[in-house]
Amino acid sequence: MSADARPGETPFWDRLFWRAGSLLVIVYALLPVAWILSLSLKPAADLADGRFIPARISLEHYRAIFADAQFPAALWNSIGIAALSTLLAVVLGMLAAYAIVRLRFRGRGLMLAAALSIAMFPPVAVIGPLFELWRTLGLYDTWPGLILPYMTFTLPLAIWTLAAFFREIPWDLDQAARVDGATPLQAFRHVIVPLAAPGVFTAAILVFIFAWNDFLFAAALTSTNAARTVPAAIAFFTGSSRFELPTGSIAAASVVVTLPVTAMVLIFQRRIVAGLTAGAVKG
Amino acid sequence: MAEIVLDRVAKRYADGTEALKPTSLSIADGELFVLVGPSGCGKSTLLKLIVGLERPSAGTVRVGGEIVTDRDPKDRNMAMVFQSYAIYPHMTVRENLSFPLRLARLSRSEIDERVTRAAALLELDGLLERRPAALSGGQRQRVAMGRAIVREPAAFLLDEPLSNLDARLRMQMRTELARLQRRLGTTTVYVTHDQTEAMTLGERIALLRHGQIQQLGTPRELYQRPANLFVAGFIGSPAINLLPARIDGERLLLPMADLPLPAGLYGDLPPGIRDVIAGIRPQHIAGAGPEADDTNSDGRFEARADVVEWLGSEVHVQVEIPVPDAHWPSALRHALETGSTGAERLRVTARLGSDTRAREGDSLRLAIDPGGLLLFDPDTGERLGD
Repeated sequence: MSADARPGETPFWDRLFWRAGSLLVIVYALLPVAWILSLSLKPAADLADGRFIPARISLEHYRAIFADAQFPAALWNSIGIAALSTLLAVVLGMLAAYAIVRLRFRGRGLMLAAALSIAMFPPVAVIGPLFELWRTLGLYDTWPGLILPYMTFTLPLAIWTLAAFFREIPWDLDQAARVDGATPLQAFRHVIVPLAAPGVFTAAILVFIFAWNDFLFAAALTSTNAARTVPAAIAFFTGSSRFELPTGSIAAASVVVTLPVTAMVLIFQRRIVAGLTAGAVKG
Repeated sequence: MAEIVLDRVAKRYADGTEALKPTSLSIADGELFVLVGPSGCGKSTLLKLIVGLERPSAGTVRVGGEIVTDRDPKDRNMAMVFQSYAIYPHMTVRENLSFPLRLARLSRSEIDERVTRAAALLELDGLLERRPAALSGGQRQRVAMGRAIVREPAAFLLDEPLSNLDARLRMQMRTELARLQRRLGTTTVYVTHDQTEAMTLGERIALLRHGQIQQLGTPRELYQRPANLFVAGFIGSPAINLLPARIDGERLLLPMADLPLPAGLYGDLPPGIRDVIAGIRPQHIAGAGPEADDTNSDGRFEARADVVEWLGSEVHVQVEIPVPDAHWPSALRHALETGSTGAERLRVTARLGSDTRAREGDSLRLAIDPGGLLLFDPDTGERLGD
């Protein structure tokens, strides 16, 4: 019981509650993923057998999606577009956040509020006009045509995240670097950015996930393999006959498209935690 | 190596706060100059104006004869030590020390040599590969000093460099700092709010208040001949006793005693009755023998010990003196930061020898030494006399 627990030791019921709770949440979240993984490994004939553990394991769906020219192209588009959007949003977000945190200028609060309001803007509302605009400008079905909206919709998020991190860095460090002979840009690069690394990774992950998972813009602003990303490409999968759903292929494609994001988050998560503890300014 | 000259430098922020009133100041080459004052007095602002982290709203800053008022901090070749040390947490001690040299694009061998020399000077040899998180407070302080030294700058600017250390370490570092400065012979501006640090370190001290220099001089001048009530109250520990007083002919009437005015003070004062504020340092109040032994009663009084602090080598005794309300000059109220409520009592501190056996509640006979008396104008707070 909690009353006779030794100090410093979490009471038994507390631990039980947290462990059982965590387990429940993990199972709830991972069950659909596990189901898709199971589907992707079943041979076509077994797809409708309703078993959670596949009776026979086959990689035919994976072979099928990579045999089709459409999927590898879409994967390449996804990786390129998401990576470039992330790079641009994080670099611009860093500069903007630094200016907002460190410089005194008129309309600082207004800028932050405006950025937030852009993040709240429903993307579906701009799809129509954007479609027309992109057709006219020649951006339709190109990489920049997707990178631009991704960057725009994720920049506010990046700015807010990074501004919070920059605020935690003592101003003395900038000033020390400036007195040590650094230009403002050098002080930013050598002192501020390394210290804000956890924030940079956090922002990068959020932006990357947004761009990687987006379906709306990808479906509306692309038409060919030139710029179509995986989420949109999956929607265009066809079965071997018009009466057959390409369930197996969709499942296989979903697994392939989930893996990079999961891997990236796991890698960066370690960096984030490491960065947070190593960056302690006072101790 | 450079002389620093400020010519009517002032700083007013956009929101109208006047951080520094027009100030002219000249700091000699190789001097250890101390800026001291209570928090918010503008001393850090003055330092930042010298180093270039702030731009003055008026006036010019000259270093070694060159006008640097609008020069970027990176082009001023000055080194600064911050109160927070501001050592870069993501770099090792070696990287911290070499950072300014790498920015200056010195050769690798030159950087190594200078870092090694600075590390040896500050006894950081064994710590070069450590990160700041693994250092103690004193070691961090030395890293901050080291980063300033490696550059061989024109001037050191130290902003309360010791205030984050514990008392013992602070004393030790204070001595080391003074020795280091003398050895390097680099012009140094030292900012502190601690009057003891100011007194022990400074060749010359500027005492600031409300963005204005109250007095500039050697520690001895500030202590013995304070320009006004504020300087008198700020310099010296325990603080000077300030009392309302009245000059009547050749005698000074204090609330608890009266005594003949010392000649030096009397000579310059206009004759007649006038109110003044008397300042008496605690060491100028001594224990007196029993009343029967008195040859005269000049400056002698009896009071009850309120607080007795035994420090080993000396005893600080606080006694309470009743002061009639009518006697309170406004400058004194201002200096002591007291309200105006009816008849009041004033606390007077006496510094007595350690053989004093006084206990709290005891009645003591004390004698004022007229030699250490200071008199101030009750309206302006300026010191009277020569």
